Amino acid sequence: MIPVPYYLTISAVLFTVGMAGVLVRRNALVIFMAIELMLNSVNLTFVAFARQLAAIEGQVAVFFVIVIAAVEVVVGLAIIIAIFRARSTVDIDDVDLLRG
Amino acid sequence: MELVVFGLASAGALAGGIGVIASRPPVRSALSLLLVLGSLAIMYLLLAAQFIAALQVIIYAGAIVVLFLFVIMLLHMRSGEGRVEKLRWQGPVSYVLAGLFLAALLYAIWTGAGPHMAEPAPGFGTAESVGRSLFTKFLLPFEVASIVLLVGIIAAVVVGRPLAPP
Repeated sequence: MIPVPYYLTISAVLFTVGMAGVLVRRNALVIFMAIELMLNSVNLTFVAFARQLAAIEGQVAVFFVIVIAAVEVVVGLAIIIAIFRARSTVDIDDVDLLRG
Repeated sequence: MELVVFGLASAGALAGGIGVIASRPPVRSALSLLLVLGSLAIMYLLLAAQFIAALQVIIYAGAIVVLFLFVIMLLHMRSGEGRVEKLRWQGPVSYVLAGLFLAALLYAIWTGAGPHMAEPAPGFGTAESVGRSLFTKFLLPFEVASIVLLVGIIAAVVVGRPLAPP
Protein backbone atom coordinates (compact mmCIF):
# COMPACT_ATOMS: atom_id res chain seq x y z
CA MET A 1 0.00 0.00 0.00
CA ILE A 2 1.57 3.27 -1.12
CA PRO A 3 1.28 6.05 1.50
CA VAL A 4 -1.01 8.93 0.67
CA PRO A 5 1.69 11.69 0.80
CA TYR A 6 3.23 10.18 -2.35
CA TYR A 7 0.00 10.76 -4.24
CA LEU A 8 -0.26 14.25 -2.75
CA THR A 9 3.27 15.01 -3.94
CA ILE A 10 2.43 13.99 -7.51
CA SER A 11 -0.71 16.10 -7.28
CA ALA A 12 1.20 19.13 -5.98
CA VAL A 13 3.77 18.89 -8.79
CA LEU A 14 1.05 18.55 -11.43
CA PHE A 15 -0.82 21.55 -10.01
CA THR A 16 2.35 23.66 -10.06
CA VAL A 17 3.11 22.63 -13.64
CA GLY A 18 -0.41 23.62 -14.68
CA MET A 19 -0.11 26.93 -12.88
CA ALA A 20 3.19 27.69 -14.57
CA GLY A 21 1.59 26.80 -17.91
CA VAL A 22 -1.24 29.28 -17.37
CA LEU A 23 1.26 32.00 -16.49
CA VAL A 24 3.84 31.33 -19.20
CA ARG A 25 2.00 30.22 -22.34
CA ARG A 26 0.23 32.65 -24.68
CA ASN A 27 -1.92 30.23 -26.68
CA ALA A 28 -5.47 30.21 -25.32
CA LEU A 29 -5.94 26.50 -26.07
CA VAL A 30 -2.77 25.49 -24.24
CA ILE A 31 -3.79 27.65 -21.27
CA PHE A 32 -7.07 25.78 -21.26
CA MET A 33 -5.27 22.43 -21.19
CA ALA A 34 -3.13 23.66 -18.29
CA ILE A 35 -6.34 24.48 -16.41
CA GLU A 36 -7.53 20.91 -17.05
CA LEU A 37 -4.20 19.73 -15.63
CA MET A 38 -4.85 21.66 -12.40
CA LEU A 39 -8.39 20.29 -12.13
CA ASN A 40 -7.05 16.76 -12.53
CA SER A 41 -4.39 17.21 -9.87
CA VAL A 42 -7.10 18.32 -7.43
CA ASN A 43 -9.13 15.25 -8.40
CA LEU A 44 -6.17 13.06 -7.48
CA THR A 45 -6.03 14.74 -4.07
CA PHE A 46 -9.74 14.09 -3.55
CA VAL A 47 -9.42 10.40 -4.43
CA ALA A 48 -6.31 9.94 -2.27
CA PHE A 49 -8.02 11.43 0.78
CA ALA A 50 -11.17 9.42 0.08
CA ARG A 51 -9.02 6.29 0.24
CA GLN A 52 -7.19 7.43 3.37
CA LEU A 53 -10.38 8.21 5.29
CA ALA A 54 -12.41 5.39 3.67
CA ALA A 55 -15.05 8.04 2.88
CA ILE A 56 -16.94 7.84 -0.41
CA GLU A 57 -17.73 11.58 -0.38
CA GLY A 58 -14.34 12.36 -1.90
CA GLN A 59 -15.14 10.31 -4.96
CA VAL A 60 -18.57 11.96 -5.26
CA ALA A 61 -16.78 15.33 -5.25
CA VAL A 62 -14.57 14.10 -8.12
CA PHE A 63 -17.72 13.14 -10.03
CA PHE A 64 -19.02 16.70 -9.74
CA VAL A 65 -15.64 18.16 -10.69
CA ILE A 66 -15.62 16.05 -13.86
CA VAL A 67 -19.15 17.16 -14.79
CA ILE A 68 -18.36 20.83 -14.27
CA ALA A 69 -15.05 20.47 -16.12
CA ALA A 70 -16.92 19.09 -19.12
CA VAL A 71 -19.28 22.08 -19.13
CA GLU A 72 -16.36 24.45 -18.68
CA VAL A 73 -14.49 22.97 -21.64
CA VAL A 74 -17.54 23.19 -23.90
CA VAL A 75 -18.29 26.83 -23.06
CA GLY A 76 -14.62 27.85 -23.06
CA LEU A 77 -13.91 26.31 -26.44
CA ALA A 78 -17.04 27.98 -27.85
CA ILE A 79 -15.70 31.32 -26.61
CA ILE A 80 -12.26 30.61 -28.12
CA ILE A 81 -13.88 29.78 -31.47
CA ALA A 82 -15.94 33.00 -31.31
CA ILE A 83 -12.77 35.01 -30.60
CA PHE A 84 -10.98 33.26 -33.47
CA ARG A 85 -13.85 34.14 -35.82
CA ALA A 86 -13.73 37.80 -34.84
CA ARG A 87 -9.95 38.26 -34.64
CA SER A 88 -8.45 35.18 -36.38
CA THR A 89 -6.07 34.69 -33.47
CA VAL A 90 -5.97 32.64 -30.30
CA ASP A 91 -3.00 34.48 -28.83
CA ILE A 92 -4.21 36.05 -25.60
CA ASP A 93 -1.81 38.97 -25.97
CA ASP A 94 -3.87 40.06 -29.00
CA VAL A 95 -7.14 40.13 -27.05
CA ASP A 96 -6.10 41.96 -23.93
CA LEU A 97 -8.84 44.59 -24.01
CA LEU A 98 -12.08 43.87 -22.20
CA ARG A 99 -14.06 46.11 -24.55
CA GLY A 100 -12.85 43.95 -27.45
CA MET B 1 4.41 -4.74 -7.81
CA GLU B 2 2.14 -1.93 -6.69
CA LEU B 3 5.16 0.33 -6.34
CA VAL B 4 6.21 -0.40 -9.93
CA VAL B 5 2.75 0.48 -11.26
CA PHE B 6 2.71 3.64 -9.16
CA GLY B 7 6.17 4.61 -10.38
CA LEU B 8 5.24 4.15 -14.03
CA ALA B 9 1.97 6.05 -13.60
CA SER B 10 3.61 8.95 -11.80
CA ALA B 11 6.40 9.14 -14.37
CA GLY B 12 3.79 9.24 -17.13
CA ALA B 13 1.79 11.90 -15.33
CA LEU B 14 4.79 14.16 -14.73
CA ALA B 15 6.19 13.70 -18.25
CA GLY B 16 2.77 14.45 -19.73
CA GLY B 17 2.37 17.50 -17.51
CA ILE B 18 5.67 18.92 -18.69
CA GLY B 19 4.69 18.04 -22.25
CA VAL B 20 1.41 19.97 -22.02
CA ILE B 21 3.08 23.26 -21.21
CA ALA B 22 6.41 22.80 -23.01
CA SER B 23 5.54 21.55 -26.49
CA ARG B 24 5.08 24.05 -29.30
CA PRO B 25 2.36 22.50 -31.50
CA PRO B 26 -1.00 22.44 -29.67
CA VAL B 27 -1.70 18.91 -30.94
CA ARG B 28 1.27 17.64 -28.98
CA SER B 29 -0.04 19.40 -25.87
CA ALA B 30 -3.41 17.68 -26.29
CA LEU B 31 -1.78 14.24 -26.64
CA SER B 32 0.39 14.91 -23.58
CA LEU B 33 -2.81 15.77 -21.71
CA LEU B 34 -4.13 12.36 -22.80
CA LEU B 35 -1.03 10.73 -21.26
CA VAL B 36 -1.64 12.56 -17.97
CA LEU B 37 -5.30 11.52 -17.90
CA GLY B 38 -4.46 7.87 -18.55
CA SER B 39 -1.79 7.83 -15.85
CA LEU B 40 -4.20 9.39 -13.37
CA ALA B 41 -6.80 6.73 -14.22
CA ILE B 42 -4.22 4.08 -13.25
CA MET B 43 -3.62 5.89 -9.96
CA TYR B 44 -7.36 5.97 -9.28
CA LEU B 45 -7.40 2.20 -9.69
CA LEU B 46 -4.57 1.92 -7.15
CA LEU B 47 -6.63 4.06 -4.76
CA ALA B 48 -9.70 1.79 -4.97
CA ALA B 49 -11.73 4.19 -7.13
CA GLN B 50 -12.78 1.96 -10.03
CA PHE B 51 -15.84 3.99 -10.97
CA ILE B 52 -13.93 7.26 -11.04
CA ALA B 53 -11.22 5.63 -13.16
CA ALA B 54 -13.85 4.55 -15.70
CA LEU B 55 -15.35 8.06 -15.69
CA GLN B 56 -11.90 9.52 -16.20
CA VAL B 57 -11.27 7.39 -19.27
CA ILE B 58 -14.75 7.85 -20.78
CA ILE B 59 -15.34 11.56 -20.12
CA TYR B 60 -11.89 13.09 -19.93
CA ALA B 61 -9.85 10.95 -22.30
CA GLY B 62 -12.79 10.07 -24.51
CA ALA B 63 -14.76 13.28 -24.78
CA ILE B 64 -12.78 16.29 -23.57
CA VAL B 65 -9.49 15.50 -25.32
CA VAL B 66 -11.36 14.72 -28.55
CA LEU B 67 -13.12 18.08 -28.22
CA PHE B 68 -9.73 19.78 -27.86
CA LEU B 69 -8.41 17.96 -30.92
CA PHE B 70 -11.48 18.97 -32.95
CA VAL B 71 -11.03 22.63 -32.02
CA ILE B 72 -7.32 22.50 -32.85
CA MET B 73 -8.18 21.12 -36.28
CA LEU B 74 -10.97 23.67 -36.72
CA LEU B 75 -8.68 26.60 -35.99
CA HIS B 76 -5.91 25.20 -38.25
CA MET B 77 -3.44 26.94 -36.01
CA ARG B 78 -0.97 29.11 -37.78
CA SER B 79 -0.13 29.90 -34.21
CA GLY B 80 1.95 33.03 -34.18
CA GLU B 81 2.70 32.59 -30.53
CA GLY B 82 5.56 34.55 -29.08
CA ARG B 83 6.05 37.05 -31.88
CA VAL B 84 5.72 40.06 -29.63
CA GLU B 85 6.12 39.32 -25.95
CA LYS B 86 4.31 42.13 -24.18
CA LEU B 87 5.13 41.15 -20.62
CA ARG B 88 8.78 40.21 -20.86
CA TRP B 89 9.32 39.74 -17.13
CA GLN B 90 6.31 37.48 -16.62
CA GLY B 91 8.03 34.20 -17.59
CA PRO B 92 10.93 34.20 -15.10
CA VAL B 93 8.82 35.66 -12.28
CA SER B 94 6.12 33.04 -12.75
CA TYR B 95 8.69 30.21 -12.65
CA VAL B 96 10.10 31.56 -9.38
CA LEU B 97 6.65 31.98 -7.83
CA ALA B 98 5.57 28.51 -9.00
CA GLY B 99 8.70 27.05 -7.38
CA LEU B 100 7.93 28.80 -4.10
CA PHE B 101 4.34 27.60 -4.27
CA LEU B 102 5.48 24.02 -4.84
CA ALA B 103 7.90 24.24 -1.91
CA ALA B 104 5.10 25.46 0.36
CA LEU B 105 2.78 22.67 -0.79
CA LEU B 106 5.42 19.97 -0.28
CA TYR B 107 6.27 21.35 3.16
CA ALA B 108 2.59 21.20 4.15
CA ILE B 109 2.21 17.66 2.77
CA TRP B 110 5.30 16.14 4.40
CA THR B 111 5.07 17.84 7.80
CA GLY B 112 1.34 17.48 8.41
CA ALA B 113 0.72 14.09 10.03
CA GLY B 114 -2.48 12.76 8.49
CA PRO B 115 -4.70 10.18 10.13
CA HIS B 116 -3.81 6.56 9.73
CA MET B 117 -4.92 4.85 6.53
CA ALA B 118 -8.38 3.44 7.21
CA GLU B 119 -9.42 0.06 5.86
CA PRO B 120 -12.21 0.60 3.30
CA ALA B 121 -15.38 -1.45 3.43
CA PRO B 122 -15.74 -4.15 0.75
CA GLY B 123 -17.19 -2.63 -2.41
CA PHE B 124 -15.62 0.78 -1.71
CA GLY B 125 -15.37 2.87 -4.86
CA THR B 126 -17.57 0.72 -7.07
CA ALA B 127 -20.34 2.24 -9.17
CA GLU B 128 -22.82 0.91 -6.62
CA SER B 129 -21.31 2.68 -3.61
CA VAL B 130 -20.74 5.96 -5.46
CA GLY B 131 -24.23 5.83 -6.96
CA ARG B 132 -25.85 5.06 -3.63
CA SER B 133 -24.20 8.13 -2.11
CA LEU B 134 -25.02 10.22 -5.18
CA PHE B 135 -28.73 9.43 -5.20
CA THR B 136 -29.34 9.74 -1.47
CA LYS B 137 -27.08 12.23 0.25
CA PHE B 138 -26.10 14.24 -2.84
CA LEU B 139 -29.39 14.18 -4.75
CA LEU B 140 -29.83 17.97 -4.84
CA PRO B 141 -26.26 18.70 -6.07
CA PHE B 142 -26.76 15.98 -8.68
CA GLU B 143 -29.89 17.68 -10.04
CA VAL B 144 -28.19 21.07 -9.97
CA ALA B 145 -25.30 19.57 -11.94
CA SER B 146 -27.71 18.38 -14.61
CA ILE B 147 -29.13 21.91 -14.89
CA VAL B 148 -25.59 23.27 -15.20
CA LEU B 149 -24.97 20.80 -18.03
CA LEU B 150 -28.12 21.99 -19.80
CA VAL B 151 -27.11 25.64 -19.42
CA GLY B 152 -23.65 24.77 -20.76
CA ILE B 153 -25.11 23.14 -23.88
CA ILE B 154 -27.34 26.15 -24.57
CA ALA B 155 -24.47 28.56 -23.95
CA ALA B 156 -22.20 26.68 -26.35
CA VAL B 157 -24.86 26.81 -29.08
CA VAL B 158 -25.53 30.53 -28.51
CA VAL B 159 -21.86 31.57 -28.30
CA GLY B 160 -20.69 29.31 -31.11
CA ARG B 161 -23.28 30.13 -33.77
CA PRO B 162 -22.16 32.34 -36.65
CA LEU B 163 -22.97 36.01 -36.52
CA ALA B 164 -26.31 36.84 -38.08
CA PRO B 165 -26.00 39.00 -41.20
CA PRO B 166 -27.22 42.53 -40.44
